Amino acid sequence: MALLEVNHICKSFKHVEVLKDINFSLDKGDVLAIIGSSGSGKTTLLRCLNFLERPDSGVICVDGKNIFDSNDPSLLKESVIRQNRLHFGMVFQQFNLFPQYTVLGNLTLAAKLAAKNSYAKDKDGDNSSEKAVLDDIDKRAMQLLEKVGLTAKKDSYPCELSGGQQQRVAIARALMLTPDILCFDEPTSALDPELTKEVLRVIRGLKSSDSTMIVVTHEMDFAREVADKVIFMANGIIEEAGTSEEVFTNPKSPILKNFLNS
Amino acid sequence: MEQFLEQFPIVINSLNVGFLQTLKLFAVTLIGALPLGLLISFGTRSKIKIISGFFKIIIWIVRGTPLMIQLLIIFYFPGLVLNKPIWGGSEAGRFAASSVAFIFNYACYFSEIFRGGIQSIPVGQDEAGFVLGMTKTQIFFRVKLLQMIKRIVPPMSNEILTLVKDTSLARIIALQEIIWAGQAFMKGSQGISGAIWPLFFTAIYYLVFNGILTVLFGRIEKKLEYFK
Repeated sequence: MALLEVNHICKSFKHVEVLKDINFSLDKGDVLAIIGSSGSGKTTLLRCLNFLERPDSGVICVDGKNIFDSNDPSLLKESVIRQNRLHFGMVFQQFNLFPQYTVLGNLTLAAKLAAKNSYAKDKDGDNSSEKAVLDDIDKRAMQLLEKVGLTAKKDSYPCELSGGQQQRVAIARALMLTPDILCFDEPTSALDPELTKEVLRVIRGLKSSDSTMIVVTHEMDFAREVADKVIFMANGIIEEAGTSEEVFTNPKSPILKNFLNS
Repeated sequence: MEQFLEQFPIVINSLNVGFLQTLKLFAVTLIGALPLGLLISFGTRSKIKIISGFFKIIIWIVRGTPLMIQLLIIFYFPGLVLNKPIWGGSEAGRFAASSVAFIFNYACYFSEIFRGGIQSIPVGQDEAGFVLGMTKTQIFFRVKLLQMIKRIVPPMSNEILTLVKDTSLARIIALQEIIWAGQAFMKGSQGISGAIWPLFFTAIYYLVFNGILTVLFGRIEKKLEYFK
């Protein structure tokens, strides 16, 4: 069974149809690259998966469970959406780190708030076990910082880091809540070529550790190398989809051919 | 000179009492107007148009009319028009009426500064919080509030220095603040009359106090320089 199934997703902004009946699935451990020219709907698709945009219609299913169904109002409640969006981690183009927190603080903030909330609800909870949970969060954050090569920067503030380092922190932050699927929205578009390399190296590293990922990217060489599946979007539809080999070596759609040659 | 030296301790004593009242009004206004301003700024940002419209009209009225008139209306309207003099004629009543007028007036100015501060924070900060499973309240208090404070320190310090001086308007309803105390020596008080220098001297109090506030705001700005 596929880890992620997206069925008949549509999204319009006012009268402009940005996504028109999008369907695809993704297996556990797969890396999906979504490519296409600007305005083709790829970022909107990613944002729909995270509920940063709410699809007008369709169904999103993770691990056999519906997390979005436009016909099921119980899934549209704020608290349910908040819980369900944790299936996806998100790395933004502009990093979106919290500037007033250190690197470690950025990684641990959400996890600690969630842990404190659950202890506050359980008023008889043991204080020492709460402390142990918070310590575990710090430990996990340090492990992830090691993974992205930034242990030494744990006490730095985002403004003291390069763009590449900030994006690596953002990746570690997204991994903190152990999402099923990690989404990247043009993670290197705000970086120069040298910094792009260091971020792509981290993403490659994640692939080898069997993470399931969706990467919206303009880095064609990277998509070809890392992706198991590729979706090419144009005008709000999936114009072509297939394995990296199929899409890059034997493109069928004239629009895709044109895109790859440009 | 001899006369001045004789008058000086009497005047200073009286000005000190007046300035204490000025400081009290200043402090009460700040304590009331800061949270009320934040609430009003939320009101103006409400997605429900009736609510946002209501708060925008309130802000328009309060910012569009002189504070002095607002003071007079709040103090006299209940007694003269409604025949219910809720404030009474005592200094405490005048202080309460002044506090209400100042809190309301300054909350409206603060709310616009807060609104600007909130709107200046990139939407990516909300989105980063959302995808990490944070609630809107957590995002506001844990992520955006400090960033907003950093951005609004300069305009807020401007407004707060103005507030210190604006408290003198409360003498229109005979609140015995420092200018009122200074003016009293022109009309005649404690055996001194026709003396204008006490009134001029009040400026020193404002200047020193605003100097202290300026240093304080400078420190806050410096303290928040650790992030961008």
